[in-house]
Amino acid sequence: MNHGKDGAPGYALTTLESLVNWGRKYSLYPFTFATACCGIEVMGAFGTHYDLSRFGAEVVRFSPRQADVLLVAGTINYKMAPVLKRIYDQMLEPKWVISMGACACSGGFYNNYTVLQGIDKILPVDVYIPGCPPNPEGIIDAVVRIQKILETGAPRAADRWPIK
Amino acid sequence: MAEPFHIARAGEAPDLQAEPMLLNIGPSHPATHATLRFHAKLDGETILDLEPEFGYLHRGFEKESEASTWTQVIPYTDRLNYVSPLMNNVGYAMAVEKLCGIEITERCKYIRVIISELSRIIDHMVCIGTNMVDLGALTNFWYFWKPREEVYKLIEELCGQRLTTAYTRIGGVMADLPEGWTDRLLAVCRGVIPDSIADVNALLTKNRIFIERTMGIGPVTAKDAIALGFTGPCLRAAGVPFDLRKDQPYLVYDRFDFDVPVGEAGDTCDRYMVRMEEMRQSLRIIEQAVAQLPGGPVNIDDPRFVLPPKAAVYENIEALMNHFKHIMEGIKVPAGEVYSATEAANGELGFYIVSKGGGGPYKIKVRPPCFPLFQGIPHLVKGQMIADLIAVLGSVNIIAGELDR
Amino acid sequence: MSVVLDRLRERFPAEVVSTHSDFGDDTALVRRERIVELLTFLRDDPETLFDFAMDLTGVDYLGEEPRFEVVYHLYSLEKKHRVRIKVRLHEDDPVIDSAVSVWPGIDWYEREAWDMYGIVFRGHPNLKRILLYEGFEGHPLRKDYPKAKRQPTIGPQE
Repeated sequence: MNHGKDGAPGYALTTLESLVNWGRKYSLYPFTFATACCGIEVMGAFGTHYDLSRFGAEVVRFSPRQADVLLVAGTINYKMAPVLKRIYDQMLEPKWVISMGACACSGGFYNNYTVLQGIDKILPVDVYIPGCPPNPEGIIDAVVRIQKILETGAPRAADRWPIK
Repeated sequence: MAEPFHIARAGEAPDLQAEPMLLNIGPSHPATHATLRFHAKLDGETILDLEPEFGYLHRGFEKESEASTWTQVIPYTDRLNYVSPLMNNVGYAMAVEKLCGIEITERCKYIRVIISELSRIIDHMVCIGTNMVDLGALTNFWYFWKPREEVYKLIEELCGQRLTTAYTRIGGVMADLPEGWTDRLLAVCRGVIPDSIADVNALLTKNRIFIERTMGIGPVTAKDAIALGFTGPCLRAAGVPFDLRKDQPYLVYDRFDFDVPVGEAGDTCDRYMVRMEEMRQSLRIIEQAVAQLPGGPVNIDDPRFVLPPKAAVYENIEALMNHFKHIMEGIKVPAGEVYSATEAANGELGFYIVSKGGGGPYKIKVRPPCFPLFQGIPHLVKGQMIADLIAVLGSVNIIAGELDR
Repeated sequence: MSVVLDRLRERFPAEVVSTHSDFGDDTALVRRERIVELLTFLRDDPETLFDFAMDLTGVDYLGEEPRFEVVYHLYSLEKKHRVRIKVRLHEDDPVIDSAVSVWPGIDWYEREAWDMYGIVFRGHPNLKRILLYEGFEGHPLRKDYPKAKRQPTIGPQE
C-alpha cells in the first residue's frame, strides 16, 4: 500500500497500523465545541463554499462518545471549563484536540477575571489555529495537519503532556 | 402534586403516576447554539417548568471596556452579536457621538444605514437557517449560507475582515467605500440574496411539516410581550408595531420608504414570517440608500476626534502629536452619561455610557436584545413539549455573545 | 421642559433629588424610599405611560459617597419617550426594593446587578448569581476588584 512516508527517519509503521491510520485520517469525526464567533466560521467551513467534507471530516457528531477530534472554537471561561474537560474525558482514545481562534489558544484579548487563558491550561492541544476569527481555510489547514500527524505517526499532544 | 411511583398490588390497576423528571438540557448541546442551559421539569415530554441558565460565554465586556480607550472598545463590541457585528459597531459609535455632541457627515450616515441593513439580512439568515436545522430542514441552512459568503466577500473588501469588522470609528468610519463596491453590493442584493429568500420560501412557507411544527408553538400575547420587555421581531410577531427605525428614527431612516412587518399570534411561525419579510424590506432600504448616497468626506473634520491624514502625520509635527495623543491616550470625551438605542436585528440594542471625561469610558452597559427574550422563554413554552422548546429557542434567536457579554 | 420630569416632580416632590436633560436624555435622581410606588406611578400615569423597562444596571462610583447607583431606563410605547431614573445607595447598605412587581421583565436585570455589584434587591423572588457561577468570590464589576484576578477552576458541576 503506497502512502507518502515523509515522516521522521527511524519510524517504521507496520502495514496494519498504516492501513488503520489511513482509514482514520480520512474519516475524522469532529466534535465542534463552538461557543462564540469562531462557531460561525466553523459553520462556514462546513458550508458549501469551503466544504470541509472534501477532507473527510464531514460527519459532525454532537456526542463525545462518537467523535475523535475535539474542535474547540470560541472563548472558554471559568464557568464553561469544567464542561469542556468533562467532554474531553468522555471522548474515546485516540483523540485529538484542535484549538481554534485566539480565545481558545490563549484567552484572546480578554485578560480578565472570567476567561480561561487558553484551553491548554486544561487540555492537551495538538493543533492551534491563530486568528480572530480564523478563516475557514485555517480550519481546513488544521484538519490537514491532524491528518499529517496521523500519517507520520507523530506523538500526539496527549502523549507529550500527561494532563489528567 | 404528583405522587411517587406506586407499586401495584395484586388486583389493583397499575398506577403510573410518577414524579416529574428533571432533565438538564446542557450547556454543550447542538440545538442550544452552545452555551445555553435549561433545567427542565418534565412530565413525559411535556414541560412543566423550565429554568434557563446562561453565563457560559461571559467574557467581561464591561470590565475590559473600563480598562480601554474609547476606540479600543470597538473590537469588543464586534463580538457582542457576532452574526451582525457591523450593527454593534454602529450602535456604539452613535452612543459616543451623542455624548460628544458631534454630527457625522451625510455620506457616513448613509454608509452606516447600508451596513446596518446588510447585517440585519445576514443575521436573519443565520437565525432562520439554524432554526430550521434544529427542526430537521438542513437544506435551508445551505441555501442561506451561500449569500452570506457573498456578503462576507463584500465586507472583507470594505474593512479587511469577514466577521469581526471594527469598521466604525468615533466621528466616522475606518475608510471610505472602495471603488465599485456599491455596484457589487447591488449585484448581490438583486441576485443571490433574493434568490435564496425565494428558495427558502418555496421550501418552507407552504410546507405541511413546517406549519405543523411551528404554528401555535410558543405563542405570546402582546401584553405579556411588553411586560416581559421583548423588543424586535419577537415583539412584532406578537402584534406590536414597535420599530425604533420608525418610532425614534436615527441616522437617515426617516428618508426611506419601507414597511414594518407585524404578526398576529406571536408564535414561531409568525417570527419566521416577520424575519423573512424584514429581509425583503432591508433590501428595499439598501436600494434606496445606494441611490441616494451623497459624495463628500466620510469622517468629520475635527482633530479632537478623528485621526489626522497619514501624509500630514509624516510631514507635520502637530499632526504627529495629535496622532500620538489619539492612540496613546484616547480621544477626550466630555463627562456625562448617555443612553443610545438602535434597532438591531434582534431588538433594541442599547448602550448606556458613563464618562468622566477621560480617554476611556467609566462604564459601558450594553442592553442586549436577547436578555429579556431568554428570560421570557419559560413563559413561551410552559405546557408544550421539548421539541417545541427547541423550535422556540431557535426562532427567538439567542446569541450568547450578546446575552452574556 | 419635559412632561415626564414635571409630572414626577409634581407627584413626588420629596423623593426627587435632582433632574436634568443633558444630551437629550431626561434623567431624575431619586431617593430609594418609595421607589416601587414611583415606578408604578410612571408605569400607570396617563401622561407618562412607561410600559417598558428597558434596562436596569448598577454603577460603582468608588470614592464618592454614596457609592453605588442603580439606574433604570424606561420607555413608553405610546408616548415614545424615555426616562432614566437613578437611585444612590450607600456602600454599607446597598439595599433597594425590587421592581419585579411593576414589570416582570426586570427580574434578571436585578439578578445581574446583584451578581456584578452586590446590590441587594429586597423582595426579589430568586436573587442568585446569573452570569457567574456559584463559588465565584466577589462582585467583579466593582472598581476595587482587579480586572485580571484569576479564579480557582472548579470541577464539573451537577
